[in-house]
Amino acid sequence: MVPDSVDGRVASASERIGTTASIDGVAAGTVVAPTSTDEVAAVLREAAAEQQTVVVQGAGTKLTWGLPPRSADVLLDLSGLDQVVEHAAGDLIATAQAGTPLTVLQAHVGGAGQRLLLDETVPGTTVGGALATNASGPRRLVAGTVRDLLIGVTFVRADGVVARAGGKVVKNVAGYDVGKLLVGSFGTLAVVTEATFRLHPVPPATRWLTAHVASPADAQRLVQSILGAQVVPAAIGVAFSPAGASLSLLLEGRADGVDARVEAARELLPGSAVSDTGPDGWGTYPWDLSATGDDRAVALKLTFRLSGLADVLAATDGFRVTGSAGAGVLYAAVPGEDPAWVAATVARLRAVCAGHGGSVVVVDAPAAVKQAVDVWGPVPGLDLMRRVKDEFDPDHRLAPGRFVGGI
Amino acid sequence: MTPLEQLTASARDLLPPEAVITDAARLRTYECDGLAHYRVTPGLVVIPRDKHQLAAIVRCCAELGVPYVARGAGTGLSGGALPHAEGVLVVTSKMRTIREVRPEDQRAVVEPGVINLDVTRAATPYGYYYAPDPSSQLVCSIGGNVAENSGGAHCLKYGFTTNHVTGVEMVTPDGDLVRLGGDAPDTPGYDLLGAVVGSEGTLGVVTEVTVRLTRLPEHVVTVLAGFDSTDRAGGAVSAIIAAGIVPAAIEMMDALAIEAAEAAVQCHYPPGAGAVLVIELDGSRAEVEAEYDDVVRLCRGNDAFEVRTATDAAERALIWKGRKSAFAAVGRISPDYIVQDGVIPRTALPEVLRRIAELAESSGESGVRVANVFHAGDGNLHPLVLFDDTVHGAGEAAEEVSRAILDLCIEHGGSITGEHGVGADKAAHMPKMFGPDDLDTMQLVRCAFDPAHVSNPGKVFPTPRLCGEAPGRRKGAHPLQEAGLAEVF
Repeated sequence: MVPDSVDGRVASASERIGTTASIDGVAAGTVVAPTSTDEVAAVLREAAAEQQTVVVQGAGTKLTWGLPPRSADVLLDLSGLDQVVEHAAGDLIATAQAGTPLTVLQAHVGGAGQRLLLDETVPGTTVGGALATNASGPRRLVAGTVRDLLIGVTFVRADGVVARAGGKVVKNVAGYDVGKLLVGSFGTLAVVTEATFRLHPVPPATRWLTAHVASPADAQRLVQSILGAQVVPAAIGVAFSPAGASLSLLLEGRADGVDARVEAARELLPGSAVSDTGPDGWGTYPWDLSATGDDRAVALKLTFRLSGLADVLAATDGFRVTGSAGAGVLYAAVPGEDPAWVAATVARLRAVCAGHGGSVVVVDAPAAVKQAVDVWGPVPGLDLMRRVKDEFDPDHRLAPGRFVGGI
Repeated sequence: MTPLEQLTASARDLLPPEAVITDAARLRTYECDGLAHYRVTPGLVVIPRDKHQLAAIVRCCAELGVPYVARGAGTGLSGGALPHAEGVLVVTSKMRTIREVRPEDQRAVVEPGVINLDVTRAATPYGYYYAPDPSSQLVCSIGGNVAENSGGAHCLKYGFTTNHVTGVEMVTPDGDLVRLGGDAPDTPGYDLLGAVVGSEGTLGVVTEVTVRLTRLPEHVVTVLAGFDSTDRAGGAVSAIIAAGIVPAAIEMMDALAIEAAEAAVQCHYPPGAGAVLVIELDGSRAEVEAEYDDVVRLCRGNDAFEVRTATDAAERALIWKGRKSAFAAVGRISPDYIVQDGVIPRTALPEVLRRIAELAESSGESGVRVANVFHAGDGNLHPLVLFDDTVHGAGEAAEEVSRAILDLCIEHGGSITGEHGVGADKAAHMPKMFGPDDLDTMQLVRCAFDPAHVSNPGKVFPTPRLCGEAPGRRKGAHPLQEAGLAEVF
């Protein structure tokens, strides 16, 4: 069990996460809210000694993503690790604790005209939550996802040992890039407590061009013409729904440069509207983020080669779809009332995406759907992944069952 | 028969005769990579033609417990491809097929022996190129680039190999062929690809690499600016970064490096310069032109006494000639030299350059000098430690200066290597940069892939971890008491 002296914090942590001390239907045991890496290490050593399972949360905005954990003896709430530790503006780097909301980090570095080049796809997301899920939006086109922005990481292993990898400089090839392994691992390998990122300057000028598109084939033709031109898009967003379809092009840079590129882009996107703000729903998901439990839509992530855009859009016809058309990533919201139908739909979409070198993951869904559907789908290299898990967490106590292959 | 002899016999069954090298004289030609002062003659060299041959050899190694080392073009500068005397050197130089170039997907699929620049050459007709551009790109192979996570002058804006490889097929140390990543982004599961890129051949050997192709820029402008001193040049770099400009490259050379380049290739850099900057801007024409005006203004504002601009390929080549020849050029002004590779936070540049100069001065009688060439935008230093090996004690003094430069990098929160890798050369420095628990954790990854330690053993880590030690089974006092944290909450 967790020491009694933790109880004082448990109450406040429970308040923060509301009355649902459960993770996607799995009742959580003790909620612990440490405020430092050393305290996290102490909690994890104790959990190891007691053979307790541990699930980590930041703001809890994506806690239901993936499969529900098999158990959660300890819910490790990192929202108390909320400090921006360092911002070296001249070096374009910043270090923040895992529970720091992205908005806080962005405001901090924004004062120096800099930013973490990452879309906040779910409002309220913390640094740690972004890392654990590798969530990204259309701005990934230029700088990649948080995987590509992370340059150093401090984390606590399942056995309570504190370790770090990478460093504070952007260019660094000393040792294994353990940070990349932790990104997108859904809290199943270790608990990240602090992360250092490379930053980018906030460009002086930003414009969106948004145009109606007639069909999936039209969308693909336009995307290919934009990528093949010289307008250097910062992002290409796409939005399809029964109500209509549009393509949005984000151009960023110096004012003179952006003005000239807007003119060139208008020729590529006839009839487009130019705006200083993104279109509705830009950079977020097509599903209702506030829905919980059985009210959730089935949230899908679809990936594919760029030349597969039209086929994937055609296959998702009738659903609300948004995504990064320039990167080969779409998200779809699918009705979740009928698990058998969802399973068939996911299988159909998997065949389409696999035909274009990609995959379909059920990001989130009502419990009945998660039971009926292969949430993660086929995973190449699963045997090696199990071996990595066995090395990092031999007792399988970190978010057990949440990740691929029952990891 | 020894395991190596057994393996040699198996290799003769698995591969054509010309692909198995046992002749002592020929084995010796593989005794080193680009870091020539480490030399080990390999026990056996095999040159597979395809992934199946390569996998079969590795499977034999796994069964017999024989260590193997993968080698691409052998241009590495940290001894990462240094052979093992009782092991096999697996050379990928015959696996050089560019399988696919698909501009519509922004992808190319190549074998590991394909030369870096050949990927760009194959993609250029479609308006694309492969962005990572290590200085050795004319001769280095993609497989080696993956192993080392190679960078280059333009990684300031475009990132490193790890940002441009979307998938690999590799042979695991068990001899299995496995695919990690692919054409599409974000393959479900752990990012094993992210761990493999830059693992210096210790987690397996890649047999096929899928790379991202980048659109060729519409316009490229290269600026050469001469300054009195590295401090002034560094001031200009800071000003450019502070103005929110991310050039494709910002390279700096100090007076000694300029002198060497001038002697070697007559690059006609501004006479009397204490430092030059080579700044390259690329992208859409309108954007580059907007940035260019600011860059020139910021250079002049930081007392550049001469600013030249190249807008066509020939002029650009002339400016780059001096920078690209710098390593080889120091041979003109010094009989011997060591190329170092370290990283500092860019803002520490003036302080670190002063300390490097002091290190050279304090080497006294030995006559050691340091020429500085570096990727100034990201703080990646390549000090060239010049010495004359015929002077008594000079070699040792140079090595001492070279080591001390790495200590300086660590002291300033930087790294012992920005692009050359740890390899055999810097394994002993790893404990200065990382604690025992950090190294232990990295080796958990090693144990997952290669528990028998047959894939490039002895590289990267100073001491191997015994795989199978159960982490977390600690004895002694209650961990909370032990850490004095029981009352923290």
